[in-house]
Order: sequence, then C-alpha cells, then structure tokens
Amino acid sequence: MNVWLSAFLILMVLSNLALLGSSRLGVCIRCVAFQGWLLAFLPFFVHTEGAVYRLLLIALGTLVLKGFVFPALLTRSMQEADVRREVEPFIGYSLSLLFGLVAWLGCHWIAARFPLPTEPGMVLLLSEALFTMYAGFFLIVSRKKALTQVIGYLVLENGIYIIGITLAQNEPLLVEMGILLDVFAAVFIMGITMFHINREFDHIDTDRLSTLKDWDS
Amino acid sequence: MILALFSILAALLFAPFLFGVINRTKALFAGRTGQPLLQMYYDLYKLGNKGVVYSHTISWVFRVYPVLALAGMLLVLLLLPQGGHVALLAGPGDLFALAYILALVRFFNVIAALDTGSSFEGMGASREVQFSALAEIAFLLGLCTLACVTGSYSLSGIYTQLSYSAWLAHGAVFLLIAIAFFIVFLAENARIPVDDPNTHLELTMIHEVMILDSSGPDLAFLHYASALKFWILGSLLIGLLFPIHTGYGLIDVAFAWLGLLVLAVSVGIVESIMARLRLLRVPQLLVSASVFSFVALIFLLR
Amino acid sequence: MISLLVLLPLVLGLLTMASRHHRAHRGLLLLSALAHNALTLFFFFTPPSPALEGWLALDALGLLFLSITSFLFLMATVYAIGYLKREEQYPHQDFEEGFWFNSAPEAIFAGCLQIFLAAMSLVTISRHFGLLWVAMEATTLASAPLIYYHRHHRSLEATWKYLIICSVGIALALLGNFFLSAAVTTGHASHVPMLVDRLIQSHTQLDPRWLKLSFLFFLVGYGTKMGLAPLHTWLPDAHSESPSLVSALLSGALLNCAFLGILRAMQVCESAGLGDFCRELLLVFGLFSMLLAAVFIIGQTDYKRLLAYSSVEHMGILALGIGLGKGAVWGALYHAVNHSCTKAMLFLLAGNILAHYQTKLSKDITGLVRVLPITGVLWLAGFLAITGSPPFGTFISEFTILQSALHQEQYLVALLYLLFLGVIFIGMVFPFLHMAQGAADPKKHAANETWTAVLPPIALGLAGLTFGLVGPMALQQVLLQSVQILGGQ
Repeated sequence: MNVWLSAFLILMVLSNLALLGSSRLGVCIRCVAFQGWLLAFLPFFVHTEGAVYRLLLIALGTLVLKGFVFPALLTRSMQEADVRREVEPFIGYSLSLLFGLVAWLGCHWIAARFPLPTEPGMVLLLSEALFTMYAGFFLIVSRKKALTQVIGYLVLENGIYIIGITLAQNEPLLVEMGILLDVFAAVFIMGITMFHINREFDHIDTDRLSTLKDWDS
Repeated sequence: MILALFSILAALLFAPFLFGVINRTKALFAGRTGQPLLQMYYDLYKLGNKGVVYSHTISWVFRVYPVLALAGMLLVLLLLPQGGHVALLAGPGDLFALAYILALVRFFNVIAALDTGSSFEGMGASREVQFSALAEIAFLLGLCTLACVTGSYSLSGIYTQLSYSAWLAHGAVFLLIAIAFFIVFLAENARIPVDDPNTHLELTMIHEVMILDSSGPDLAFLHYASALKFWILGSLLIGLLFPIHTGYGLIDVAFAWLGLLVLAVSVGIVESIMARLRLLRVPQLLVSASVFSFVALIFLLR
Repeated sequence: MISLLVLLPLVLGLLTMASRHHRAHRGLLLLSALAHNALTLFFFFTPPSPALEGWLALDALGLLFLSITSFLFLMATVYAIGYLKREEQYPHQDFEEGFWFNSAPEAIFAGCLQIFLAAMSLVTISRHFGLLWVAMEATTLASAPLIYYHRHHRSLEATWKYLIICSVGIALALLGNFFLSAAVTTGHASHVPMLVDRLIQSHTQLDPRWLKLSFLFFLVGYGTKMGLAPLHTWLPDAHSESPSLVSALLSGALLNCAFLGILRAMQVCESAGLGDFCRELLLVFGLFSMLLAAVFIIGQTDYKRLLAYSSVEHMGILALGIGLGKGAVWGALYHAVNHSCTKAMLFLLAGNILAHYQTKLSKDITGLVRVLPITGVLWLAGFLAITGSPPFGTFISEFTILQSALHQEQYLVALLYLLFLGVIFIGMVFPFLHMAQGAADPKKHAANETWTAVLPPIALGLAGLTFGLVGPMALQQVLLQSVQILGGQ
C-alpha cells in the first residue's frame, strides 16, 4: 500500500477525531476545509486508470468547493450569527472522542465484511469512509448549534464521496459535477436559513427550536 | 559496555547543561542576554553548600524523597539505551521497568508533597496525579506500538532496531508516536504548555509547588533529578526521531547529544511562543496525545 | 422535446423571479402550469422519444407520476392566484401568537414553485440513477423557500428540520447510488451505464450483495423524502407551517416522486431476482408507517398535522401495496393517483378554513357547512375519501390491496392493515365531523368563497369521485403498463 494512501488515511482519521473532540467552531470549520483538501487529492491515489482530465476536473471542483467555498460560507455564517464560538455539545468532548475511537474500530470490523474487490487498501478506504460518515452523523446528533449540523452534513457528504471515489468508478463526470453542485446549493441555502434563524431567534441553538410538537407536555 | 558507561557518565555531567540551553534560548527570543549557560551548575553548588530546613509536620517520607528521586533517575539511566547501543541493565520488559520506576518517583513526589501538610502542595499534587495518569496512557501505548514494530520488549532492543529504513516502512506510525511522545515529554518535564517552570502564581503551578518546601541539598538533588529526567525522556524521543546508526559507537552517542541539544532548543522555542494552556485544556491535550498513540497502534495492527 | 418538461418551467421560473409586477408573477405561473399540462397531455397520446442518449425517457410509470404532478400543479396554481392576491397586504399578524410577520417576496414564491415543478418533472423522466438523485436533491432545495413563505419562527423551525432531515436522507440515497455502481463493477460489467434499462438488461452481471445494500440505502434515503416512518419526522412540521397549496404539492406530488425513486431501484433488483427481499422490506416499512400514523392521528388537535400524518399513512399503504406484489401493485399505483387528488383537495380546503377561521385547532372550528358551504361539503366528502370509503377511488385501490393480501394468504398483514385503517378512521372522524357540523359561530359571518379557492378542490374532488365510480378510464392503460414494469399482475 503506497505511502500517500496511508498518509491520507491517517490524516482523515485525525481530522475526524479532531472534529469530534474540538470545542471551538473555528477549529471545526478548518477541519472540514482540511478534509476537503485531502479529498481533492484522493482520486489520484486511488485510480490507476481512467482519463486524467476527468480526474483533474473532479479534483479541481472538489478542491474549490470543499476546500475554499464551503469554509468561507460557514465562516461567514458564523461571523454573521455572532454567537459564542464554542461548540455546545450534548455529549462531552472526551466521551465523544472515546465513542469515536470505538466507532473507528467498529468501522474496521464492518468494512472487513463487505464483498470488496481485493485491491490493497480498499478495506481501509471503506472503513475510513464509514468512520467519516459516523463522525458526520455524530456531529449532527450531538451538537446543539445549527452551524455544527451543517458541518456534520458536510462531513457525511465527505464520507460518501470517499465511497464514491473508491467504488463507483463508472459514474459519469456530469453526475459527479451535479453532486458537487447540489451539495453547494444545499450548503448555501442552509447558510441563508441559519442567518434567518439567528435574526429570528438571536441564537442558532437547534435545541431550542421546539415549538412545533404533537403533544403539549 | 564501555560505551554504555561512557554515555551514563555524559548524562550525569551534561544534564544540567540542557536547562541552561533552554533558558538561553528563551532569553534570546525575549531579546535579553540571559543567564550563563552553566547557571544550573552554580545553583546546584550553591544549594549543596546550604543547610536544610525541615518543618515540624513532616515524616520520613519527605526526607527520603530527594534521595529516592536521584536514585530512581540513576537506575533508569542504567536502563536507557542511547545512541543506538545496548544499555547496561538491558533485559526483556525493561520498558515497563522504566515506566514504573518513573512512576514510583512520581508517587513519592506526590506523597512527599502531601506530607508537608500544606494545602498548597496538596493542590499541586492532585493536579500532578491527574495529568500523569493521562500522560502514562499515551506513553505506554506509544512504547507498546514501538514494541510491536520491532518485536522486542526491551527498550534497548527497540531502539537498536529503529533506523531510517524502519521510518520509511512505518513513517506515519512513527510520526504519530513521536508527536505523542513530545506531548508526554512536555507534560512529564513540567514544561509549557502543561506547566510553567518560572511561575510564582498559585493558579498556575503544578510541579513548582510540590518542591516549594524543599531546601538545601534536598533541593539540589531534586533539581538534578529533574535534569536527569529531561535527559532520559529526551533520549527516548531523540532515539525515535533521529535513529542514526553509523556503526561507530562514539559518533552515534555524539549524534544523540546533538539531538538532545536540538530538543532543548526546540523546547525553549515552544516555551517562548506559547502560553500555558488553561487547566481545563490540559487533559484534552493529553487525551489527544493518547489518541495519537492509539491511532498509531491500530494503524500498525490492521 | 421531452426536456421541455423541465426547461419550460425552469426558464419561466427564473423569469418570474426576475420580474417585479404581481400580475407578471401570477401570469407566468399560470402559463407554466398550462404549458406543462399541455405537454403532459400531448405525451399521453404520443410518447416522446428519449433524449440525451437515453438519460431522459418517459415510460408508463414515469408518465403516471408526471400526470399526477402536472394536474396537481395546475390546481395549485389556480388556487395560488387567489391566495397570492389575499396575501398582498403586508404585514400579516400571526393568529396563534399575535406577532406581526412578513411573507417572502411573491417573486421568490412563484419562481420557486416553478423550479419545484421542473425538478419534479426531472425526477419522473430521468432514467439515469445519478440524474435522478440530482433531481431529488433539487426538489428539496426548491421547496425549502416555499415552506418558509410566512417568515416567522415556527415556519423557520419547520424549514430547518426539513432541510437537514431531507438532505441527510438524500445523502444516504447517494450512497445507494454508489453501491449500485459497485454492484456493476464487482460483477465485471464496468461498461454498463447507470441507466435503468441497461441495468435491467445486464441483470445477470450485477452482484446481488451490493444490490441488496444499495436497495436498502435507496429505501432509507428516498424513504425519508417519501415520509415512511420512522423517517417521517419532518412531514408534520413542514405541512403544518407551509402555505396550504405548498402542502398540497408536497403531499400529492413530491412524496410520489420520492416513491418513484424507490420503485426504480426495485425494478433493477427485481430483474436480478431480489424482488422478494425488496418486497419484504417495503412491507415492513409500510406497516410501520401505518402504525405510527394511527398512533399520532388519534388525539391530534391540529387539522393540518392530522392531514400530514394521514399522508404518512397513505405512503405506508403505497409501500404495503408494492410490498405485497402481484395484484396489489395495481392497487398501490391507483392509490397513488387517488390519494394525490384527495389529499391535495383536503389541503386546499384546509387553506380556505384557515383563512376564514384563523385557527389551526380543529376543536375551535364548527359549522363549516353553514359558513363555507362548498368547502364544508367537500371537507366531508374528502374525509370519506381519505379514509377509503366508497364511492371514492381510494376505496377501490385500498380494497384491491386487501384483496391481494387475502389472496396471497398473508392474513396477518391483512389483519394489521384493516386494524390500522379502522383506528385511523376513528381518529379522524371526531375532528372532521366536529369541524363540519354544528352551529355556525354567530361572530363569524358567512364568508364568500372566491372561485379560485373552490374551483381546484371541486375539480380534484370530482376526479376522486370519478375514479371511484367509473374507474381509471384513460389511465387504465398507463396503469397496466406500469404494473407490468414493476412485475405485478
């Protein structure tokens, strides 16, 4: 397994763990940006065949969107919302880290059971992708702020993107561009909604968005 | 054998010099001239000539601790491989011996601090215990990973087998362990960002406060023992980062000393550019060191 | 030609967003609706040729859902003209909590409606799984501003939930896409593009393990959008807070399009021999949705949330029908048509009721038949229709599903199905009858019902009635072809 791939894997794991364990919004946004950079270089490690121009285009699109545009949008949302720059968790940081480490082992176990082609590094990439998806879900569920929910959604998309790059090699270029565009539009609209939430409520705490419910308790 | 004796002698002679290097680096960063490089030797000499003052509340623990600290460090020096050669008392499992002699010294440090009956030292003792408990995980996991890589349970066995070809094969793993070791090194030696060695404020003391009641030759022993601890943990780190084996024992040892100098300078730089972390954040830092070691271990094993 | 279905509403929608006059907005909206309907009608009689190398094509199943969408959109547009005229006075006062709020600019509302139509049309005509995914995500993004039309904190909360839950769900559907691609590559068929027809053709070369995984993720992902329990949690909030015509479109058209995504995946799995696996899953989800809907319908005080949970129930019935297979497939597809018409009518009527009575609680409303006669009568008729009573079309479709269940000796399924339907009927009887009957509140004078507010519900109600009395008529051929596509009888 080549050294670039193992470097990618370790850096992805560390960035996911950093997302789970960090307490500041700025650090979380930078971690997501870092993941975007890593993902931009992933197609070159994985694919040995295939049109180079296509890989280049995908890598460029990913780099621009996930490495620059999304962090810029998120930072702008954070600054406009003008809230305390601390991630407010339901589950504490050390416990999140511990869950993350256990989940990482779990993802290794699950990935070993997938019927994968026997290329070296496939199992590792798949377990990495599953762990990234877990980190995304965990961030959405266990953090109060709306901004961290958007960050969690981006991390989830990153994990799915890794699976896409490794497994889905005959997705045409147009679809991959469409996927990137859709994610961009989603983040854009979420950013606008967060701005409205902050203007409306003076906070971006989704825990307090609980007016609509079925049974008045 | 001769080489081992030679490096032990060098450790005994040059350990306080490293602290001088650190202080001089910090002074240069601050634009001052700073203390003389040999200042610590003068301090040790000065303290050795003074008399000891004991309070009424202490027991034998407090008297025994400085001697025990020095004895422990000397014992660990016998286990320490430096410059890629085998230590004097090398044997399988001696990495646990090293870890736990250091733990024994730390234990006596803590109970000697509690022995004085002052709540000030007690506060330092409780902080110290919390941080070392977390640092030990990172340290032992890192050593365990190294043992897995080289297949040997002896420190000497591990460090003689580390080389640049090992780095090429397991580069990412070694890098992670090196980062974890560096954080543990800073924590165990009471350096910024874990503890400020120059502070006089109660809020920020951890190690400083525990030796507040010591005086005279006792204090000299304690300072010397901390210098030796710096040398020991630094050698473990340098042995991992710069595993130079040229085949000539003397040149390897000289390179190890050079590495220690570089380490001292970098510690000085870290102390100059960073502030000490809030006490809430120190456990997070140590937990992340443990996470690095753990990730390295799992990465190796999968 | 076929891409006009998407391009026309898209271009007109963007034009609407750029224009300033209210008349222009409503005019362009009406124009897109009429043009879209005309196109669909045209394609009904002369099937269009595929475009973009087979990426866009209209088969019978797509045509069925496209016609539902188109018809509903026209009805919603007619209603919207009156609705937007009423909403012209700024600002509005919230009747629940009394604060003043603004509404979104009409340009955005009308424009997003058309983009929403374009996206839904794209879902129905796309044959490529990747394009289907892009279109589905586009529907989420186009409908979020529609839910946030009344700009206050409750609708914002509903919009946020909708965005996050549906985006996460659709991200999982993307994973299903990738697993489907893996099924192709692992089966050493790397040159097969992800088109439904080509995948069905090369079904022997698809790896079944990856196919099962991909169907699972498609079910969970698109099921979130469809409103299958337990992934339905965005539905009640979004439906209760959005304008009624948006709720009508969401319930009547969008949920069906999401279901289409699952059906396409099922087509591929069926051809590879995994049909039983898929049907089992759909059965379980269908029954669970009905159970959850039944639990939440009983004691529901808000009549719009009541209708939303009813949508969950009917989506459960759809999943159940397809899950049973054979004869129930026809029942499920016919039910999609009937449910869309009925639910849309009910939501539009709910809009009328809300506009007049200014309350969302069913216990505060009485005497509907006297105050708003047409609305009241249609409300009662709608109640009968949505609970599956004759002579409406929903009776025929639900009965067909029951018949098939008994025929296949799935007695437990049939028993649970009837039980849930019964519980839901009981749960809905009280609010509906309470609202319709009773004395009119003397403080509220009889309102005038504008033609834009009653014509669409009348049309939809007549459609539901006709489907019940006469049968599918012109749709029968399309229905039979769709059933064949899905492997039913």
